[in-house]
Amino acid sequence: MSGPLPVRTRLATGAGLAVAGLSRRVGAGEGSVIGGRVLLAVDPGALERLAAGRTIALVTGTNGKTTTTSMLAAALATQGAVTTNSTGANLMSGLVTTLARGSATAPAVLEVDEGLLPKAVAGLHPSVVLLLNLSRDQLDRIGEVRIHAQRWRAALEAAPSTAVVANADDPLVVWAAGLARQITWVGTGQRWRLDAYSCPNCGERIEWSDDGTWACSNCTLARPVPHLSLDGDDVMLADGRRLRLKLQLPGWPNRANAAMAAAGAEVLGVDVAAALAGVGRVSHVAGRYQVVSVGGVSVRLLLAKNPAGWAEALDLIRPAPMPVVVGINARIPDGRDPSWLWDVPFERLRGRVVIATGDRGRDLAVRLRYAEVEHRFVDGYVEAVRASGAADIDLAANYTSFQDARRELARA
Amino acid sequence: MRESTVTIALLYPELLGTYGDGGNATVLAERLRWRGIDAEVITLGAGDTVPTSCDIYLMGGGEDGPQALAARELSESGALHTAVDNGAVVFGTCAGIQVLGNEFANPDGSPHPGLGLLDVRTVRGTGKRAIGELLSEPLVGGLPTLTGFENHGAVTHLGSGVQPLGRVVSGLGNGGGDGSEGAVSGRIVATYMHGPALARNPALADLLLSWVVGKKLKTLDDTEVDELRAERLRFVRRSRSRWRRNR
Repeated sequence: MSGPLPVRTRLATGAGLAVAGLSRRVGAGEGSVIGGRVLLAVDPGALERLAAGRTIALVTGTNGKTTTTSMLAAALATQGAVTTNSTGANLMSGLVTTLARGSATAPAVLEVDEGLLPKAVAGLHPSVVLLLNLSRDQLDRIGEVRIHAQRWRAALEAAPSTAVVANADDPLVVWAAGLARQITWVGTGQRWRLDAYSCPNCGERIEWSDDGTWACSNCTLARPVPHLSLDGDDVMLADGRRLRLKLQLPGWPNRANAAMAAAGAEVLGVDVAAALAGVGRVSHVAGRYQVVSVGGVSVRLLLAKNPAGWAEALDLIRPAPMPVVVGINARIPDGRDPSWLWDVPFERLRGRVVIATGDRGRDLAVRLRYAEVEHRFVDGYVEAVRASGAADIDLAANYTSFQDARRELARA
Repeated sequence: MRESTVTIALLYPELLGTYGDGGNATVLAERLRWRGIDAEVITLGAGDTVPTSCDIYLMGGGEDGPQALAARELSESGALHTAVDNGAVVFGTCAGIQVLGNEFANPDGSPHPGLGLLDVRTVRGTGKRAIGELLSEPLVGGLPTLTGFENHGAVTHLGSGVQPLGRVVSGLGNGGGDGSEGAVSGRIVATYMHGPALARNPALADLLLSWVVGKKLKTLDDTEVDELRAERLRFVRRSRSRWRRNR
């Protein structure tokens, strides 16, 4: 369906955007969520109607959604205007506001919550979906990470016109993508394996070889041959080209995000070399890797939300003896159960002082004690930064702790 | 080896380690080392031969598919049964209590045979999944209040061959309507307090260790854990009084 939007959707859009604008002006927030709720209340079918006739790319996964969305948007922006929810408003209300705000002719790149993907695929009929990775996160809310994989698989089977770009090194993702009609596999070199030792297809053991390939010991599920692979700082293409990544963001996770974004752009008709030029323009995204100054102390902010994310973040924290502040919360968006702290190899922080903070800083302090890492618990982010006694430090925190830290340090 | 070094077997952390359950091995080993007793953690992956000579065996929480795979591997090898006959200590959390029992439920509700080491039977729950803080008053070993987090959709019925680990103060526990939490039989202890249950309950960790070491253990400085325990107990009491007010 294309052509003009029905009156109801136009009215709903007007009402939603007015509320969003009001919310922004009174300083209540970005406005995407409240505006989207109003819009959907007035016209429950608005999402489908706003999506009709547009080129839409969805980005989902446990880690890297916001950054990869920015990268794919930047890659497509080399060709013209793009609509995107770069602030991470990734639930239905955020998607609908983003589409209502953006131009109807520009392609839309939307970050989508893992749990919402099936509904978003069914409602938006996206041209392409990027499946980044799946690992344990917020288990108090989801129960089991495999439930996502099952739901993704069913949703993509029911969407024959949607192409999929999927991480070939994540067995859960490979299985979830398996029934899609058109799949572009990306070799990311992912190292996290804790959630994929048993086959999502048959339950038997998955075997990993030293070169990083994997196969089920029982059924046919195995690592597919990638169309595009990450190799160190280079992206290797099926046509034999080797392109050097020039990123402003650090570490393997961002190189993997860049490879996924480049493959997504290629599916939408952008040459990989041009796409990577756009990807390279992305600097800090929603405060991640941002450096703030607090009373003469320079603080770099790192976000890590779950064990897979922390395993990577520990690599990005600058080396000992530089102190580090680590903030942990366990609110609803974080998952209310911080048991996962024991899945994170905090032993790697030995040789420096760690300042533990956040709502659940005491859980972290106990974890650090058993990891034999020198530490202190300090309440409050500004106080924690001061307690480090250094002029230049890293602060790593999980989701709501990161937001609190960003806000409190900006105010200080 | 066994004379001087305590060996702790962590069973299938990739299958039974959904909630940071491997932390229990770290807690036990460190609490021994801080007292000058050597400890070794042996991590056993799916397909590995499980030794029968370890002092302590740990089983954590797992998702349905991996849990059934772990149960199959352990019943085929029979290693854990031999170890228990030799006096080994077993500590199971969440899926651990289910796998140790006579049977547990497949995702479709049909029964899957367990290891039969604990006289308990687990079936699929009919209510909502139990997710939240779990508090119990222990019934064994003169322990202080046990605190943890539970996340399970199953109900475990205790047979006559086991006694409950504790009586539920807050949360669901075994869920069979008798207010029981966990199960104990000889040196096998199991609980629905998943993840690093021993990190929050050092007295329970020391009880298990005292069975292995065979003497009273030196007291450790647990100030930080005490602060964490006090915070969690305050949280549960606050939530409970709020819940009562809102009824």
